[in-house]
Amino acid sequence: MADYNTMELMIVTGARELKAGVSVAVGTGAPCAAAMLAQKTHAPDLLIIFEAGGIDPRLPEMPISVGDSRTIWKACQATSMTDTMEAFCRGMVDYTFLGGAQIDMYGNLNSTRIGPDHQKPKVRFPGSGGANDFGSFCWNMMVMTPQDAKRFTEKCDFITTPGYLEGGNSRDESGLPKGTGPYRIITNMAVMDFEPGSKRMRIISINPGYSEKDVQDNCGFELLKVKKIKETHPPSKRELAALREEVDPYRYVIGR
Amino acid sequence: MDVIEQGIGRLFTDPDADNARAHFKTKSRALTNKLMSLKDAVAKYVHDGEYLAIGGFGANRTPIAACHEIVRQRKKNMAFAGHTSTHDFQILAAGKVFNKLDIAYIVGLEARGLSPNARKYMQSGEVEVCEWTNYCLSARLKAAAMGISFVPIRNVMGTDTFKFSGAKIIACPFSGQKYAAMPALWPDVSVIHVHEADMYGNCRIRDITVSDLDLAKASKHLIITCERLIPNEEIRNEPVLTDIPFFCVDAVCEVPYGAYPGVMAYEYFSDEEHLQEWLRVEKDPEEFKAFLDKNIYNVTSHFDYIRLHGGMEKMLALRDKELMTTANGNNG
Repeated sequence: MADYNTMELMIVTGARELKAGVSVAVGTGAPCAAAMLAQKTHAPDLLIIFEAGGIDPRLPEMPISVGDSRTIWKACQATSMTDTMEAFCRGMVDYTFLGGAQIDMYGNLNSTRIGPDHQKPKVRFPGSGGANDFGSFCWNMMVMTPQDAKRFTEKCDFITTPGYLEGGNSRDESGLPKGTGPYRIITNMAVMDFEPGSKRMRIISINPGYSEKDVQDNCGFELLKVKKIKETHPPSKRELAALREEVDPYRYVIGR
Repeated sequence: MDVIEQGIGRLFTDPDADNARAHFKTKSRALTNKLMSLKDAVAKYVHDGEYLAIGGFGANRTPIAACHEIVRQRKKNMAFAGHTSTHDFQILAAGKVFNKLDIAYIVGLEARGLSPNARKYMQSGEVEVCEWTNYCLSARLKAAAMGISFVPIRNVMGTDTFKFSGAKIIACPFSGQKYAAMPALWPDVSVIHVHEADMYGNCRIRDITVSDLDLAKASKHLIITCERLIPNEEIRNEPVLTDIPFFCVDAVCEVPYGAYPGVMAYEYFSDEEHLQEWLRVEKDPEEFKAFLDKNIYNVTSHFDYIRLHGGMEKMLALRDKELMTTANGNNG
């Protein structure tokens, strides 16, 4: 029996991607937990930017909103949304974490609606918020999400946030900034990247306790695979301690 | 300029820059006392059928008292900028204030969850929608603040967010690069909550400004609610601290705790218990109706509302929480 849960594994895996000296745009919940964990372990100078205007805070606890006062606690600047978005568009933000009700093989995300009628949707979600902006501008977009065949779908009901659009060169041709796009998809079962040519999602490592079949069975489209699929490194004692004691002591996120 | 592609969403406001200038030509430049009650300000400047925008960020420095007053005065058929809107959206949806909506972020309260009632309203087909993103709407306000009819930005292209927006894709006349052109958004009326203002409307914000500085310039009419009134001398002693100048402002209302139950940076933290109560009671329409009567329709002021939820003692406890101290002895 592992001594960690899948949310903890996803957050630790996400945090490890945030190397020292990079910048990250985050939302509330698991993305913020991953950024805070990176700061408390291997990347103390990680630059965290909140879209609403908080620049490089010393987060005393997890914010409830990306615009609440915790996002400017001992920060370097409290600025405006156009100011942060302009920094994203200038190419100053390396990573972001996003999520959605649906994701397809090119990493396109839906956080807008389910159902065909836009004016009268079957289920209405919040919409883009800053997701499309992050997904358009940040060099590397990551997703942390539980995996099932419904969420990992052949075709999103609505593409809120761009992944590689229709694959190949379609993202570059669309007019979005070049060299940007989905980078890692981190699920409870595996970690995926995107094959360089087709820009299709592919398995690079599988989490302890899961098989290749589990990962494919819980995905609504065919996943590519790298030649040598690795096993995802489980969280270390140090990472788990920082996550449980400093980042999320009330288990708001890791208790889910 | 050639349009390469365009969204199918309808624009709820006119992006023409000269039409906007014609309005601003008539806007008062006078340094006059603009103090009035919130009730009077809403009655005077918020009109059925017009376009409304709310400052702050959902439940952070948001003029919640004004949102309640707009619902209490039963304003209807408005268009609304669903820009970073969370608890404000929840309140305005409860009053069915709007039926035309520019969407960047709606229905949700971020980490707190989704509003069942707002969601039901959005799934009813009663609201005409046009899709955008946070940056799209802040850029639309930026264009309006600049007095021009659009600004080009580099997001949304290739997505359904673009397809269901009112944006257009154009090519840069210099580089040939593609951009999504965002039409200027000049709201008829907006409300912004600030820390301090003088009676003429000069404002200070001790917080992230989100889109409020552009919103203040873009709005045809602007109501300011403030935590505290300060004398004009204080403004003139340190003009570098002024975020919004008086000539953008039409009404000034002193509403201490005006962002409650949301956060006001350096003043008070959000009342999470009460925000959770909102989400809980919305699940039962009968209970929700009684809740709205109790908290909005049957109260006369924001103070009555705060009294229902713990009054001054609660506000001191929320102040401790915000400052992360136990100075008022009420923390935890």
